[in-house]
Amino acid sequence: MTVIVKKTTQLIAGMVFLYGIYVIIHGHLTPGGGFAGGVVMAGSFILLILAFGSDFMHLTKEESGSTLYENLAILVVVFLSVSGLLYGARIFFLNWLPKGTAGELVSAGMLPLYNIFVGIEVASSILTIFLALVIFKEETLE
Amino acid sequence: MIVYWLCFILFLVGLYGVITKRNLIKIAISLSIMEFSTFLFFTLIGFREGGVAPIVDPADPVKTYVDPLPQAMVLTAIVIGLATTAMLMSVIIRLYRKYGTFDIREIKNLKG
Amino acid sequence: MNPLIPLFVIIPLAGAFLIMIIGKFLSGFGRYFTSAILLSLVVFSIYSLFTGSGTLSLYKVGGWEPVNRIPIGIYMVMDGFTVIVLCIINIIGFLSAFYSISYIKRYTSENFYYALFCLMTAGMNGVVLSGDLFNIFVFMEISVIAAYALVAFGVEKNELEATFKYQVLGCLASFMILIGIGFIYWKAKTLNIADIKEVLSSGYDRTYYLVVQILILSGFGLKAAIIPFHAWLPDAHSSAPSPISAMLSGVLIKAVGIYVIIRLFFNMFELSENMSVLITTLGALSMVIGVFLAIGQWDIKRLLAYHSISQMGYVVLSVGAGMILVAQGEKPEIATLAIAGGIFHLVNHAVFKGLLFLNAGAIEYTIGTRDLKEMGGLAKQMPATSATSFIASMSISGIPPFNGFFSKLIIIIACVMAKFYLLAALAVLVSIITLASFLKFQRYAFYNKTDRGREKTIKEVPFPMLFSMVIMSLLCVLLSLLAIPDIRDTILGPAIDILMDPVKYSTQIIGI
Repeated sequence: MTVIVKKTTQLIAGMVFLYGIYVIIHGHLTPGGGFAGGVVMAGSFILLILAFGSDFMHLTKEESGSTLYENLAILVVVFLSVSGLLYGARIFFLNWLPKGTAGELVSAGMLPLYNIFVGIEVASSILTIFLALVIFKEETLE
Repeated sequence: MIVYWLCFILFLVGLYGVITKRNLIKIAISLSIMEFSTFLFFTLIGFREGGVAPIVDPADPVKTYVDPLPQAMVLTAIVIGLATTAMLMSVIIRLYRKYGTFDIREIKNLKG
Repeated sequence: MNPLIPLFVIIPLAGAFLIMIIGKFLSGFGRYFTSAILLSLVVFSIYSLFTGSGTLSLYKVGGWEPVNRIPIGIYMVMDGFTVIVLCIINIIGFLSAFYSISYIKRYTSENFYYALFCLMTAGMNGVVLSGDLFNIFVFMEISVIAAYALVAFGVEKNELEATFKYQVLGCLASFMILIGIGFIYWKAKTLNIADIKEVLSSGYDRTYYLVVQILILSGFGLKAAIIPFHAWLPDAHSSAPSPISAMLSGVLIKAVGIYVIIRLFFNMFELSENMSVLITTLGALSMVIGVFLAIGQWDIKRLLAYHSISQMGYVVLSVGAGMILVAQGEKPEIATLAIAGGIFHLVNHAVFKGLLFLNAGAIEYTIGTRDLKEMGGLAKQMPATSATSFIASMSISGIPPFNGFFSKLIIIIACVMAKFYLLAALAVLVSIITLASFLKFQRYAFYNKTDRGREKTIKEVPFPMLFSMVIMSLLCVLLSLLAIPDIRDTILGPAIDILMDPVKYSTQIIGI
């Protein structure tokens, strides 16, 4: 890629990443949430890989890393939902944390936690899909 | 009413592509078109005349909201669609590696 | 609220991702862990069959209570019919997973296999347990996406082609189902099955809901491979690894296809005579055409796959005949018998078709081919495989004293009593052709002598494969006990009650 693309990507990628975090954290207050924010976050990684390129070995290493993060994040989500089952009333997906005042950033009990981990899960899984397809293509070219 | 018919036409465009196209990638694209026409239909179901985004404002609660449930369903269905499309694309890449072509007429090992 | 209900989904779902993490560091972890979690699910499902049977238990996810008797949360429902399907899903799942321990060693990346296996089980358990339409859709997609990946697990030419076909048709089916759900939500403004029944009971637009019924029937019919929609099944089921074929043919087409059709048409829509006749016709067509397509096959797994279409035809035909009688509102005892026959055959088919696919896998494992013409004389070298496959073949072709005979007998008696003589005659005819086709399988695979000079090297399959096959053949014999009316009433009775009474399901859920 040319210098222009590389320089622009360097400038933009950080902002895209931050915007993804913003969408995830405000998921219970505004439209958006884990999935939308996660896609934006994955977009910043994909931008960097597209602009700077990477060799094959590096990509496979990155793919195994993102698979690990994906599995860990989804396990945390499952654990959060099961925590309601263990907590008193034995209800799956129970929102047992204090709700707080509606409209504030720290409110709505478990929802921000779900949003954060779903965001990590979506970001890493989209990155995994992207990397897997790139790896398939590289294997085909050999 | 006309938007529903346009949505239906979009669905038929996708169906036409799935049935007539010979290229694997074009079939995948046509499936995506069908998928998105379905999502469009869901969002149209939830639409209310003059409605706003369904976020309750404690200061001003009396408003017309659009129906949030179809939107939630569309979000879920988009995630599922993402998984299906990714799966389909990876199968297509593998198929290309094995057969060396995207033409569906030449991929006919199984029959009967 | 029964805290056992969500565990059927949570355990395999969490297990799938645990396998992906721990399996990275500890090789062989997935192999035993999958069997362990599925064994625990078998215990849970059999426990619920014998304790909770006859009552309907409800689980409100997230603790959302209904407002003005309108359900607003996600409901999980466990009733008599659910429990039976749960039992067969988990039992066949456990036996297939145990069989995979030695079978899947010749493939690479075992962890992915076991993780996908757990995901598929989680999806099927979810479909069976969920009480609203959209969750049925979501869980169905989870299980079929896992199935797409598992069909392609060998990544050779045939597998990839089969999975592509399966995926394109599966996607079309999903869109039809999704549009059907959208249409229902548009008019009824709710997704809960029981609540939709309540809304429909106060009058509805017949033409509108006819379109919806057709969409839902063709969508789930495609997933269940009823005859005009069967094109993907022989390819997909014969290309998958054998334990997966057993899962796909044994339970997937039932859990995401037949189960949902039966549940929605009996408990959600009002039964109309036109739709019942259509369903019965589709069943009869798949029964007859499936068996005629099967008889010319020389590839064992393809032959078995075509027989799956034919045997599912029996189930659909029998349940459809019951539907016609219920819709006409006469002779409820015959309708009960027809539905009992259908559900009984559904359970039996899961067992003997699973067993036959595991036998086919055992043959492929030892001699490395699926072509009947290249086999022969295996009865001496593989006595256990030969014996179990003999039991399964006799069972599927309806020879007493095995289970297939009794369920077919009940279906035929019900058809005769309801004066559907043509259907009864077709069922007998198809059963005879099935027998012919399985005698061919037995003769060419196990008894026919061939001279290839490699008889010495063939030996019986390893213990895990043998264990699964023997247990399934024992089940084949034991399930014929269900033909005794008293036992049938205790096991299948609650399922039939909930299906026969048009409002029992909805009033129980809305009322609780």
